[in-house]
Amino acid sequence: MSAVGISNVAKYYGKVAALDDVSMTVQDGEFFGLLGPSGGGKTTLLRAIAGFVEPDRGEITIAGKAVSNIPINKRDIGMMFQNYALFPHLTVAENIGFGLSVRHRPKAEIAERVRQLLELVRLSGFEGRKPKQMSGGQQQRIALARALSTNPKVLLLDEPLGALDKKLREEMQFELKQIQRDVGITTVFVTHDQEEALTLSDRIAIMNGGRVEQIGAPRDIYERPRTAFAASFLGTANFFEGVVSGRGDGVTRIELPDGQAIFTTDEAPAGARVTAAVRPEKLLAGPVGAQGQEGRTNTIQGRVMAEVFAGNSVTYKVDAGNKPVTVFVQNRTDERFGPDQTIALTWAPYHTILVAA
Amino acid sequence: MTSSARRLRAIIGLSGPTALWLTVTVVLPLAAMLVFSFLTVVPVGGREAAFTLKHYTDFFTRPLYLTNAWRSVRLGLEVTFFCALIGYPAAYILAKAIKGRWREALLLLIVLPFWSNSLVRTFSWTMVLSDNGLLARTIHGILPFAPSFDLLYTYPAIVIGLVQSYLPYMILTCYISLQAIEDSLTEAAYSLGASRFDVFRRVILPLSLPGLIAGSVLTFVPVLGAFMEPRILGGQQAIMLGTLIENQFTASFNWPLGAALGFIMLAIVLLIMGLFYPVLKKHISVN
Repeated sequence: MSAVGISNVAKYYGKVAALDDVSMTVQDGEFFGLLGPSGGGKTTLLRAIAGFVEPDRGEITIAGKAVSNIPINKRDIGMMFQNYALFPHLTVAENIGFGLSVRHRPKAEIAERVRQLLELVRLSGFEGRKPKQMSGGQQQRIALARALSTNPKVLLLDEPLGALDKKLREEMQFELKQIQRDVGITTVFVTHDQEEALTLSDRIAIMNGGRVEQIGAPRDIYERPRTAFAASFLGTANFFEGVVSGRGDGVTRIELPDGQAIFTTDEAPAGARVTAAVRPEKLLAGPVGAQGQEGRTNTIQGRVMAEVFAGNSVTYKVDAGNKPVTVFVQNRTDERFGPDQTIALTWAPYHTILVAA
Repeated sequence: MTSSARRLRAIIGLSGPTALWLTVTVVLPLAAMLVFSFLTVVPVGGREAAFTLKHYTDFFTRPLYLTNAWRSVRLGLEVTFFCALIGYPAAYILAKAIKGRWREALLLLIVLPFWSNSLVRTFSWTMVLSDNGLLARTIHGILPFAPSFDLLYTYPAIVIGLVQSYLPYMILTCYISLQAIEDSLTEAAYSLGASRFDVFRRVILPLSLPGLIAGSVLTFVPVLGAFMEPRILGGQQAIMLGTLIENQFTASFNWPLGAALGFIMLAIVLLIMGLFYPVLKKHISVN
């Protein structure tokens, strides 16, 4: 059974579509990421699931039940807010126990649940503190404990790690994923950070301009992006535009404007104008004329424009026929390319992915 | 010059003007009044003044003073109650339901009365509340058979005039604390299953209590000593602690008694503040 179902949901603010015919299904126990730039519609979608935003069209279901007529406080959701939204006048224990307290549960039961949750987020002993007396990371864990307190059907996280500094964020990514697995709760979270989306999500929906660009496992989206936006928002990509000039031996030949040609295993009709994406780390850089690695039938030539040294890798910006191409080279050998040197870039045809522009 | 001497000079130089100002405008007049309140007569024009506790004992032994002190406390509580009853919801709507330019315009309208003289405002009420005044005519225009009524020179007239005068303070202090409550806090409460009533009682009210308390203090304290509104709007009902004190200074010329009554009023204010102190401390330390 799907935990959260979104079908044909649309929301307009004036004439601007914040959500434009969005459909997706979140499975039971899944950690589902909504990734996109600001204004992409991901936060609107999260708030529509929570009930803070009423869609103009379409249907949202939670645990199989349509929720359009169910008010927020009856939807049985747990939500963690970007600024945590901890109640400043209540103690940590009162914050975590709030949801049970408004459900009029016995005091002893609330105290026991608070104790369990504090143990889960590793903050036992902090019951009597006020939120302001705690660090950002601790506040974040309290907010998570509070969102889990009522055993909701779905956990909604709005930019869960956005307010933390880099080091703490990496720690919390791991911890958040661990807790989500242990509790086994269906989780939908919003982020604009691709690394966060990749590390946390079982599946990702990439959203842009109120529409879903692609839904899939992080690896699938990364390796087989369907649109140019998906390719460039999750990771980086080089794009080649050209015309299909034939197919044979299981590969499609694409003629580039400068006369060079590249090959892909994807299929396209002859004469079609296509956009092809190639990840920078799939390219192998080498001196012109050297034997290419077996299977790397794509070869283009370009002139080195710039080099950025990042320790474990080097990024080269290469001008390949008036077209900038980015190449990541692992820092494995002493081989380096100087400025203005003409080099050959080779890669396998199945790393050339045809995407919708 | 040593650094501690420099520090001392800086402290004196920076806080001196304030201290001097407070001494001249607050401490010295209060001290003079305190001395007067223990004297038989004001020692001016060569009159002989002697020490006495009579003015203070009079307050507790003569029913006139005790009765009117109680009337003033009651007036203060009632005016504060009505200001809160009207002002808090108004501030809530202003802070949470109205956005942008409309909010600015309404805030301007709320502070607009401060631009006019309070004496003029109070006199305007006589025209509204009198026998054939605006209020009576409006009501009779809608309900021609309504009984005739005359609110002017009654206790309710005093309450109406004072509520109108102090309502802006209540609205503004409540507005400031209400608009500081982030929407995400109420959203979090809803997401945890709270009803509208729960959200109000457990989140909004406790977080806005400092504003409500500040507004209540700003209303109660001046109303306790109010004398202008009771005098103009109250008629036979005008006698309050404030008007009694004013009389001692302007009509009876009994400054020592007026001073003693003034200090008793100050004591009443401090006593009431003391009673509320535990509540105040708990809720103001949060923010």
